[in-house]
Amino acid sequence: MTIQSLTHLQRLEAEAIHIMREVASEAEKPVMLYSVGKDSAVMLHLARKAFYPSPPPFPLLHVDTTWKFRDMYALRDRAARKAGMQLIVYQNPEAVKRGINPFDHGALHTDMWKTEGLKQALDLHGFDAAFGGARRDEEKSRAKERIFSFRTASQRWDPKAQRPELWRVYNARKAKGESMRVFPLSNWTELDIWQYIHLENIEIVPLYFAAERPTVIRDGLLLMVDDERFPLNGETPVMRSVRFRTLGCYPLTGAVESRASTLPEIIQEMLLTTTSERQGRAIDHDQSASMEKKKQEGYF
Amino acid sequence: MNEIYKTDALIAEDIDAYLETHQHKTMLRFITCGSVDDGKSTLIGRLLYDSKMIFEDQLAALENDSKRVGTQGENIDFALLVDGLAAEREQGITIDVAYRFFATEKRKFIVADTPGHEQYTRNMVTGASTADLAVILIDARKGVLTQTRRHSYLAHLLGLRHIVLAVNKMDLVGYDREVFDRIVTEYRAFAESIGIVDFTAIPISGLAGDNIASPGAAMDWYDGPTLLAHLEAVELDQSADQRKPFRLPVQWVNRPNLDFRGFSGTIAAGQIHPGDEVRVLPSGKTSRVAKIVSFDGELDRAVAGQAVTLCLADEIDCSRGQVITAANSPVEVADQFEASLIWMDEEDMVPGRAYWLKIGAQTVSATVAHPKYQTNVNTMEHLAAKTLDLNAIGVAVVTTDRDIPFAPYAESRDLGGFILIDKLTNRTVGAGLIHFALRRASNIHWQATDISRDHHASLKNQQPKVLWMTGLSGSGKSTIANLVEKKLARMNRHTFLLDGDNVRHGLNKDLGFTDADRVENIRRVGEVAKLMTDAGLIVITAFISPFRSEREMVRAMMQPGEFVEIFIDTPLEEAEKRDVKGLYAKARAGELKNFTGIDSPYEPPEAPQIRIDTTSVSAEEAAEQIIAKLIP
Repeated sequence: MTIQSLTHLQRLEAEAIHIMREVASEAEKPVMLYSVGKDSAVMLHLARKAFYPSPPPFPLLHVDTTWKFRDMYALRDRAARKAGMQLIVYQNPEAVKRGINPFDHGALHTDMWKTEGLKQALDLHGFDAAFGGARRDEEKSRAKERIFSFRTASQRWDPKAQRPELWRVYNARKAKGESMRVFPLSNWTELDIWQYIHLENIEIVPLYFAAERPTVIRDGLLLMVDDERFPLNGETPVMRSVRFRTLGCYPLTGAVESRASTLPEIIQEMLLTTTSERQGRAIDHDQSASMEKKKQEGYF
Repeated sequence: MNEIYKTDALIAEDIDAYLETHQHKTMLRFITCGSVDDGKSTLIGRLLYDSKMIFEDQLAALENDSKRVGTQGENIDFALLVDGLAAEREQGITIDVAYRFFATEKRKFIVADTPGHEQYTRNMVTGASTADLAVILIDARKGVLTQTRRHSYLAHLLGLRHIVLAVNKMDLVGYDREVFDRIVTEYRAFAESIGIVDFTAIPISGLAGDNIASPGAAMDWYDGPTLLAHLEAVELDQSADQRKPFRLPVQWVNRPNLDFRGFSGTIAAGQIHPGDEVRVLPSGKTSRVAKIVSFDGELDRAVAGQAVTLCLADEIDCSRGQVITAANSPVEVADQFEASLIWMDEEDMVPGRAYWLKIGAQTVSATVAHPKYQTNVNTMEHLAAKTLDLNAIGVAVVTTDRDIPFAPYAESRDLGGFILIDKLTNRTVGAGLIHFALRRASNIHWQATDISRDHHASLKNQQPKVLWMTGLSGSGKSTIANLVEKKLARMNRHTFLLDGDNVRHGLNKDLGFTDADRVENIRRVGEVAKLMTDAGLIVITAFISPFRSEREMVRAMMQPGEFVEIFIDTPLEEAEKRDVKGLYAKARAGELKNFTGIDSPYEPPEAPQIRIDTTSVSAEEAAEQIIAKLIP
């Protein structure tokens, strides 16, 4: 008998598939959160593998802020179609009405569009399990979060009341009104994600690749002027060769100057670089425990 | 930067070659056991730091934190790198399990970092459950301690095949070989006594980096591998599992259309090829693998650790929770086991209570008997125990409500490891490791009787029922039950009244009032009531029966619709005011222990079939209401 040692990517893949099948079997109404970023792309790809030849037995949910990059909206619709899955787009109606935007409303922008929007969307559709693409290597408070993470009926996370997770046995039981967030990519690192995208030839938003783009520098962040809604205070956008290591709302997402236009070049740059991935996001900057606080309040 | 991790040069010069190497890396999961004092966080911090898993901004935050709250003066405090949640950081201890990642040229590593203190036994067990290897840290100045023994015992209990004894802080004992040898000798004697046949001892210094990634210059007397070299070389469980017979717990049945039926799951052991003969358990039906389906095309073979979808040649029944095995080497099927249990909940185990037991992809109802013994995790002594509390480890008999396919835990973690889930709170309350089956279900037969329960009932011209009255002591259960029985008798119904106090004089006189005894009390009453319904009787019971789970247990024993829960709802103040038997006064005076409502909880029914509010109706009216509901 020849022994076949699985590679680390094969094992991570198997683990994620196992988790997705478990949720599909035990949850009443699962959904996959889809943010159009590279982690979402990997998660969607894994879902297609897990249930092949069936389409994944749950819809995709995009909690939209109306401020994503245009390229993201284009890929979102295409990817859902290709997977044969229903795509639900949710925009917090109150944020729409009040015209909440990152330029005038600061932290309220994230709070209303994302945190509140997500809660509303889950409640509205009665989803009891939501897949998310968070990884434990992203940030300290995530290192201790479970793969199956429970939320109270008011969608709060209690770090002290987490269930032990042993072997491959996941306890997915919950009371009515409670829900769970499930993170199939928990054990992946940023490098694993990139390598897997490369190996499996997964389509990602072109913004991850370097190209000449109109940019301005604000508060130390290199921002892309993606549409005419960007208020220019006498600034003139400068064409720079930039790319994004992480994608969110374009006015909040910092680019890096780069010439990496292929996946191997991106990986190369990532390995030689010296700052961590989330640094490009304004949200984590306030204080080191900020993500934990946001999570307790219901941010994904 | 040590070259064992990665070569910046190769990345810069030939990224494709680098990627080619790195996509073939294997993955090892390990757990580190020890306390902060042993330099555990420092060791992990160093592994992350040396492997460049720390970026400049994180390093800046670390330097900042080190000055603010660190314990290393002006030096970097690596321990802060691996501390997680804000609340814990303030207390200066890590609780829970945190997972860390780093990689070398050959492998990716996932480290489960768990705290070492005894009150975190459950966390260590959790971390160990997915690990291939345990690193047991010892402070060279202190030698083998109680916690060393505890950690080794737990690692061995959870079936870890590789144990590394990392003797840390060698720099603080002058890199003295004798110190190291003495510790290893002492440890070997202990390890053998608990059944650990093999371990690897490595002298290290986490602070100075000796024998972590590169050999320690001051320890030329040591000619074994460095810690990382060893972690890179040990055989993975995923490889070892492939030599065992094929096992696939079925997770999900894939049915996109009528022409396709696939069985999806993660292979627990062995290998499989198209054409292989397989057997489905518990049914025992056999078939052949027609194909192994995947998104990337059909596969020639699949091995332990892969998540696959199999199509079989024959249309045989197979659903979630069943196990597909090699045809000539099936697993056992049974409904009663001896198992090691690790209790993980703040609320003690209740012997006799029904819990959900999840093993593989199957969830069944199960009860746990009184423990045979509890193991003192520090001395490995067996102690007598009536229950298991948080972090306690013991051995007990577990009985499931149906046959389940299984393997002893020592053979298979996937088919021998289970969790117990509380039916009301849904919390994971315990973990279990199956030793062996106590009885094979196939040996138990029901004696078939010619006069059926239906026949008994039709002779009496009635439908058997259990009228289950629950409520506080002094709520009026017995009085109302007695009136109901009198009324039914007048209507020529055949009844029997089981009263709490009366039963405790006979059948249950060996039982007290602890939670465990209360559960057993109700279980016996339930069984008696069940026999009486088989005989065709209408059974009326009057028991406090304070716990929802036991009332639900009795309901589950009966035929659907037979069990009628009647809540005699009297508020505590009211019952205490009446205090017909003077018991509340005694309980308040501390003369009666475990008295429901005073120092023992009462869980009111959430949706009783009948609720009687005794503050607004008399006993006579209550009895009439009950009869009216039963016989409209």
